[in-house]
Amino acid sequence: MHFGPHLLLAALEGLVTSAVLALTALGLSLVFGVMRVVNVAHGEFFMLGAVLAWAISTAISGHPSLGFLAALVLAPLIVGLIALVAERLVLRRLNYNPEATIVATIGMLYIIQQLALTFYGPEARPVEPPFSYRILLPWFGYSGYKLSIIAASALLLVATWFVLTRTKIGLVMRATQYDSETAQAFGIPVDRVYAGVFALGAMLAAVAAVLIVPISQAHYLMGQDPLLLSFIVVIIGGLGSLRGTVVAAVLIGLSDGIISVFFSPTLAKIIATLLVAMVLVFRPQGLFGTASR
Amino acid sequence: MKEVSPAKAYALHLGVIALLFALSFVLPEYHHGLLARIMVLAVFAMGYNMLFGYVGLLSLGHAMFFSAGLYGAGLAVIHLGWSVPAAFAAGLACGALLALIIGVLALRTSGVAFMIVTMMFAQVFYLIILYFASWTGGDQGLVVPQSARVLVLGSTSLGLTNPTVRYMSALALFSIVLLVTLAVVRSRYGRVLVAIRENEERTKMLGYDTFSNKLAAVVVSGTICAASGAAYALLFGYVGSTFASVQYSILPLLWVLLGGAATTLGPLIGTLFMYYVVDITSGYTSAYLLIVGIALILLVLFFPKGILGTIRQRWLGWLP
Amino acid sequence: MMPLLTTKGLSRNFGGLRAVDGVDFALMPGEIRAVIGPNGAGKTTFVSLVSGRIQPSSGMIVFDGADITNLPAYARVRLGIAYTFQITSVFANLTAYDNVALPVQRTLTDGRSKGAVHAGVMAALERTGLADRAHMPAGQLSYGHQRLLEVAMGLALKPRLLILDEPTQGLADSEIDNFIGLVREIAKSATVLLIEHNMPVVMQLADRITVFNAGKILAEGTPEQVRANAEVQAAYLGTTP
Repeated sequence: MHFGPHLLLAALEGLVTSAVLALTALGLSLVFGVMRVVNVAHGEFFMLGAVLAWAISTAISGHPSLGFLAALVLAPLIVGLIALVAERLVLRRLNYNPEATIVATIGMLYIIQQLALTFYGPEARPVEPPFSYRILLPWFGYSGYKLSIIAASALLLVATWFVLTRTKIGLVMRATQYDSETAQAFGIPVDRVYAGVFALGAMLAAVAAVLIVPISQAHYLMGQDPLLLSFIVVIIGGLGSLRGTVVAAVLIGLSDGIISVFFSPTLAKIIATLLVAMVLVFRPQGLFGTASR
Repeated sequence: MKEVSPAKAYALHLGVIALLFALSFVLPEYHHGLLARIMVLAVFAMGYNMLFGYVGLLSLGHAMFFSAGLYGAGLAVIHLGWSVPAAFAAGLACGALLALIIGVLALRTSGVAFMIVTMMFAQVFYLIILYFASWTGGDQGLVVPQSARVLVLGSTSLGLTNPTVRYMSALALFSIVLLVTLAVVRSRYGRVLVAIRENEERTKMLGYDTFSNKLAAVVVSGTICAASGAAYALLFGYVGSTFASVQYSILPLLWVLLGGAATTLGPLIGTLFMYYVVDITSGYTSAYLLIVGIALILLVLFFPKGILGTIRQRWLGWLP
Repeated sequence: MMPLLTTKGLSRNFGGLRAVDGVDFALMPGEIRAVIGPNGAGKTTFVSLVSGRIQPSSGMIVFDGADITNLPAYARVRLGIAYTFQITSVFANLTAYDNVALPVQRTLTDGRSKGAVHAGVMAALERTGLADRAHMPAGQLSYGHQRLLEVAMGLALKPRLLILDEPTQGLADSEIDNFIGLVREIAKSATVLLIEHNMPVVMQLADRITVFNAGKILAEGTPEQVRANAEVQAAYLGTTP
């Protein structure tokens, strides 16, 4: 294969990564933006989504698309419910203190990971894609399912954007983000907004995982890379900014796809992590954000 | 911090050291070895406590300082054939230098950003160890040869693989660090660190360069953690990338939270307690991370001051 | 005689707002100077610029003949500019003793005073009448005592210029009388710059008064001159002559 098609393939793979990353990072960003909580267990919600997708799709017989569709609906709901319980039982009792909640979500990370290991096991298991149509390009064939991931993610992002900017729910969330005390004084149930946002954040990660699991595999340690990449995206994009998050996700996803074709993945990770740490040190409002507060 | 009963505090600490010394002669072999390991790791926790407990800076990256000491000492023996004291010094120097660099960068941030930045730097350090696998042994790690782990003192040479020598070396390091910590937190410098934790802005307006003070604390903390790592490599003969992973940044936080942040003896108690809980439960389940997770959540929810912190608050106000 | 403190064209903008706007100011050694003005006139911003808590947008600050415009706050404290906070901000979890020990040990390491920490702490606590409460956590002191502790901390810094930002706010009348005595005492060894709303306190204490309005100096003079100034009455006292 020549260089051009090679690059196109890398770019397509990068876009798939971006699509999944944007959804995952958006969840992290929403939770941080509205609640000022850094959810270290976010990657585990992603992993749970994938593991549940495997469990649901294997439990349902018949055409693979049936099982997949059931997983797409049920897995995020279950993960959202788990997040809701965690929020009520732990985060709320900590009064959303930033440092205490980080320690607590680290605890959640270990608990979820170990429970997944105990009940799901150490194996990596595949989920069959709902359809296996290949699109024939002049140079190579490309999975139609992968392209549909990009479309589905774009659809979900637009829907989230619509909810956030054009509906009353979004207004309530933005008011809470801007100033929770004033919002409370104006009769906004801040407490319930927090619970909803935390569940929504986890559900976004779970949806992303269900979408990706037919082309990767479900594994109990699979949450670590999405967590790190989401952090990177949220920091580069500016904490709590929707547009910044999406732009950064595309940037990171594409460069990750392209870089990993040419460099060793470990070296790529070293460089990326170091660069992001430097962004946080020297430009804490992110590359696209403006100084806030 | 109060100007009362320094004698009482020193007596308590010397008593603890004497007790650990006496235990060496009565403990059965298994617990003897375990306690030596716990003392070395308690030094790690004490280094962490210096920054987290007294200055209020929550780092999620201290595994890098521990492993700087671990690899600094271990690789100096394995690749350069250095003697034990020289390798130990190399470990300390690596830790101090790394802490200085990380401190200068990370202290530009605060709060949540500080936590994330330290975690990311530690991740970079971890990946670097994996990347240079031909030198570091990657995730397999390397064994420090027994023949090199000999401490030559004049005409006698002490094998660090001998259980008693190992126990006493661990105790010596632990005692020195404990007494240094006690002296530091009771000093004028310790008072400034606590003031920074309580209200940094106000401390500045009393004429303190808080950045330099915090930087000094990061370096002291990092060096103590590196001492623990260097001792671990030399006494237990293994260096491995696990010790640089995120998990080993979380563990000292857990030990300190459990024992009591900003107490001098809390790190020992937390490490001891957690190590035995894991040791006992590992007979029933391999899922020790589950216990770590549950312990973290229960501690921040119901017991944020830890064991000694609660004792100090309720009964013994003079505890340092 | 050379002024202890001068500012030239000192300005600070917050967004579009010129909180302090081209202020030329001079303070003679040994003076007690009061700064008054309506809320939002820029008084606190002005003293924050002098103490280094915020950086000026433009202009220059000279202390004792040296340009200190670019010095960080802690370095200005070491030169002898002490600032006591408008909102009490003692270290609530530390004892009164430790609160005062922090500034005392600072001046000892600077070589600006001699002796032991203990003697210095007790002297400052006795001067403010807090000696018998030395080992109480500062957060458990009454409000009036916390304000006094704040002053004790300022004193312990051995300042050459002591900036007091609304020191009598929230004090009872009897406490205010004590406080006036204390400031007179302090003024024997230090220059005092005082932001104050309580006009009787200002009239009793100040050698000179500077009136701020909308970020600029509106008037300056002895208490009698300021009292008689028609502009001041219009802007600040709200009465027309």
